Amino acid sequence: MTTAITPLKTSFLPSSTAASKQLTSPSTLRGTRRRCGNGVRIQAKIREIFMPALSSTMTEGKVVSWVKSEGDKLSKGESVVVVESDKADMDVETFYDGYLAAIMVDEGGVAPVGSAIALLAESEDEISLAKSKAIDSGSSSDPVESQSQPQATIPEPEAPKVTLVMDSASVSVVSMHPAATAERVVASPYAKKLAKDLKVELRSVVGSGPMGRIVAKDVESAAVNGAPSPAPVANSNVRVSVDAGIELGSTVPFTTMQAAVSRNMVESLAVPTFRVGYTIITDALDQLYKKIKSKGVTMTALLAKATALALVQHPVVNSSCRDGKSFTYNSSINIAVAVSIDGGLITPVLQDADKVDIYSLSRKWKELVDKARAKQLQPNEYNTGTFTLSNLGMFGVDRFDAILPPGTGAIMGVGASQPTVVASKDKRIGIKNQMQVNVTADHRIIYGSDLAVFLQTLAKIIEDPKDLTF
Amino acid sequence: MQASISISSCSSSFAPVAPRFVGPPALSYSIGQHRFFRLRKEAFGFCSLNQPCSIPIHEYRMRNRLPGMKITASVSSNGSPSMGFDYDLVIIGAGVGGHGAALHAVEKGLKTAIIEGDVIGGTCVNRGCVPSKALLAVSGRMRELQDEQHLKALGLRVSESGYDRQAVADHANNLASKIRGNLTNSMKALGVDILTGVGAFVGKQKVKYGKVGFMDTEITAKNIIIATGSVPFVPNGIEVDGRTVFTSDHALKLEWIPDWLAIVGSGYIGLEFSDVYTALGSEVTFVEALDQLMPGFDPEIGKLAQRILVNPRKIDHHVGVFAKKITPAKDGKPVIIELIDAKTKEPKDTLEVDAALIATGRAPFTKGLGLENVNVETQRGFVPVNERMEVLDANGNVVPHVYCIGDANGKMMLAHAASAQGISVVEQVCGRDNVLNHLSVPAACFTHPEISFVGLTEPQAREKAEKEGFEISIAKTSFKANTKALAENEGDGLAKLIYKPDTGEILGVHILGLHAADLIHEASNAMAMGMKVQDIKFAVHAHPTLSEVLDELFKSAKVNVAAAVPQPEAVAV
Repeated sequence: MTTAITPLKTSFLPSSTAASKQLTSPSTLRGTRRRCGNGVRIQAKIREIFMPALSSTMTEGKVVSWVKSEGDKLSKGESVVVVESDKADMDVETFYDGYLAAIMVDEGGVAPVGSAIALLAESEDEISLAKSKAIDSGSSSDPVESQSQPQATIPEPEAPKVTLVMDSASVSVVSMHPAATAERVVASPYAKKLAKDLKVELRSVVGSGPMGRIVAKDVESAAVNGAPSPAPVANSNVRVSVDAGIELGSTVPFTTMQAAVSRNMVESLAVPTFRVGYTIITDALDQLYKKIKSKGVTMTALLAKATALALVQHPVVNSSCRDGKSFTYNSSINIAVAVSIDGGLITPVLQDADKVDIYSLSRKWKELVDKARAKQLQPNEYNTGTFTLSNLGMFGVDRFDAILPPGTGAIMGVGASQPTVVASKDKRIGIKNQMQVNVTADHRIIYGSDLAVFLQTLAKIIEDPKDLTF
Repeated sequence: MQASISISSCSSSFAPVAPRFVGPPALSYSIGQHRFFRLRKEAFGFCSLNQPCSIPIHEYRMRNRLPGMKITASVSSNGSPSMGFDYDLVIIGAGVGGHGAALHAVEKGLKTAIIEGDVIGGTCVNRGCVPSKALLAVSGRMRELQDEQHLKALGLRVSESGYDRQAVADHANNLASKIRGNLTNSMKALGVDILTGVGAFVGKQKVKYGKVGFMDTEITAKNIIIATGSVPFVPNGIEVDGRTVFTSDHALKLEWIPDWLAIVGSGYIGLEFSDVYTALGSEVTFVEALDQLMPGFDPEIGKLAQRILVNPRKIDHHVGVFAKKITPAKDGKPVIIELIDAKTKEPKDTLEVDAALIATGRAPFTKGLGLENVNVETQRGFVPVNERMEVLDANGNVVPHVYCIGDANGKMMLAHAASAQGISVVEQVCGRDNVLNHLSVPAACFTHPEISFVGLTEPQAREKAEKEGFEISIAKTSFKANTKALAENEGDGLAKLIYKPDTGEILGVHILGLHAADLIHEASNAMAMGMKVQDIKFAVHAHPTLSEVLDELFKSAKVNVAAAVPQPEAVAV
């Protein structure tokens, strides 16, 4: 299958690419575009080759391989690059004759749909010019500093309850939307309906749908995370610095994140919770882990995957109650995993953990942790969790009790897996690795027996983990 | 050419009959040699096999028709043509209208041919009513399985529902082929000559047909019916690529399920597709040029339909706007729909969606018919006809022997209306005057729940009442009061009767509710037969059935005619 690229810059294409660090449009070009507004094309006879949308759901594409190399002559209709979409690999061809002047996204790199991945020069003379442009763009590609301030979408500090604090990363997501101007918000019909029902101001919601559109789950998570989200601390000006030493006897005001955590914790008291524990034998899981560790699989991903697979069979444990009158069976299983970062706590989310394979899940986890450390998580990457995992096992903690994050139905605390002397049913004594898990759940919607059968399923999956690597 | 009019393919109980023709024998006789009459058993007593009628049998029947004699049903093979013509009747277009006409014509003993340039069954069978019903059957079940509250109320538990898009699409496609096969076989079995190609008028009572550009076979026919149907209407400015911007033709193939689908037009086609696509997971935005959704329905029904079929679903809408320009998705851009105010023409909004379905109605398919050769001018593409479906020329005079039925005349763009018009035409051709009462033709929209109606809407009835100076009354019943509906836990719905309180004449019936499409026939039949409300009140309905909704409806009507019979009380079983 081949698809034609549009090499021309269209006026609404993404101008900021913070979401994907590999790639930016040249800042000079960006400036031009901003001033000129709609319809004005760049004067130079250097065209940009863009990441095409190969399917309706594709938001970013991976460059699998470049069919042509820099300096090659291209003629109209020739394949230039192979792009992997969310569905398939496709040859992408050019509409114009010219020379492939500069490749801006190397093989293996990912770029959002509509962003430049290469430059096409009309004549050989312009190749060097194009190259320098590409280099310019590379050097000015600090994603964080890319126009975060002038966005009209940044809410007032005392914005309504459901407003999300936006860091630069999330703002640039907004600007990725073709039509996300100050007056326009693009939201799907159901998202609009939900926003009305849940009293969420759409303008303050960050869209995660195709082309940045706001979809239902964005509104849901905005409603759940009513309080300003704790995660992006880019704007926190007070930070507890361990290096500076803690001054004993001093009183320190909360950072933004701490304040948010505090609010959430107090809010959690309104939910009647209870706990159910279970001991799971992990020998088989440990063995599997050893076997596939070299492929980049992490224990966190394995646990998240196992939990997600168990949740598939027990949707009630993946449900949430928002209004005290009804509850929602969440359509996706998004496992939030608590991570402690400098000065706080954040829960990056492994979305659709039941569907994504273990290798992709592990890669995704690594990416999320990196982003969390760099404080670049986007709201949909930390506030869309439907079930939370908290693992203190690595510190040797054998059991603990977690507080249920508001807006979710359950959280599971995972203790360390330890060799234990176990008497088996056939009256033998042996040593097995055992791990204790403890689930805290909202008893308005999830009952003891729900958790019991869920944990039974989870134990079965972990004790016979062949399904984890399908 | 003679070879092409081959021996008819009747299966059993043949009786060779060689009709004697008085006229120029060459053509007719050679046909007569190869032609057989098939007589059913019950006909034997009437017409001896050994004594062939001296005139073509249909004329014989017309002249000798005795009251109460059931002759017409006796002949079920294609007849022999009238003098000097290849056929008694040639129908251009083998859709539901043409098919209905052909079957009735053969039954009446007319030698009939049908010309089809595309596929037997036309729009309805291949790209319309039929495959869409298959999709709606799926969407109805999906809705049931997804409605947790509903299932819970019934005590059912379903762990997961899902669908396989391709299998759903195959179901629709298989159904279409099956029905197409049935239609083709029914015509073949009766001996209707199916002539392949497009047809066009050459002159009076003369038609040519064949592949486009090679229409070189000419045939003569005593009467000709135009039944060429319609195609989806795509307004100017809308670019259809068949993938992201498409019409019902493509939508029925269900090649993909967009996350966000804009449906331009909220008539019954748009509404049915919104039912299908939302059940399969799409979100839908309606774009409607008029000020309210579902403008064709009775306003009260439309309002309720919006409350049941639109508001609770993942659907939003823009009314009073035209889609001025729609650009298909390409180069990473979504489908872009530019909306302008329907009245002021000012730009109003721009939508960016994954796909757009154009359901702005249908345009007659009448180009290339050679109508100029019979002095007929189409009006906006429609073939002008009078109430007897006789085609009118540029001066408004009847063009003899030419009729037009179905979507091509635009009187009532419904498959069954076309068929009814076809039957009416055949009756006239056979010498019996027949005018179809369009006000007794029911219409249905197969959403969940369904909508159906027959006759006038309330505003139409009020307008007519004012003009003609009579009174109207309205009666209504709810599905909530119906035992069967409650047993199904489907109490949403309304039935509405518009009638004349002084005479009891039924002017219109509108139903929104479970199986409304099946329920309407009690009302439409009553209207077709001219039954009055006070008469139908005494008809008994099985209990508990949904039909009691109509029973209640008729019983609740207050007619002031001096009742000759005391009204019996409804008896609860």
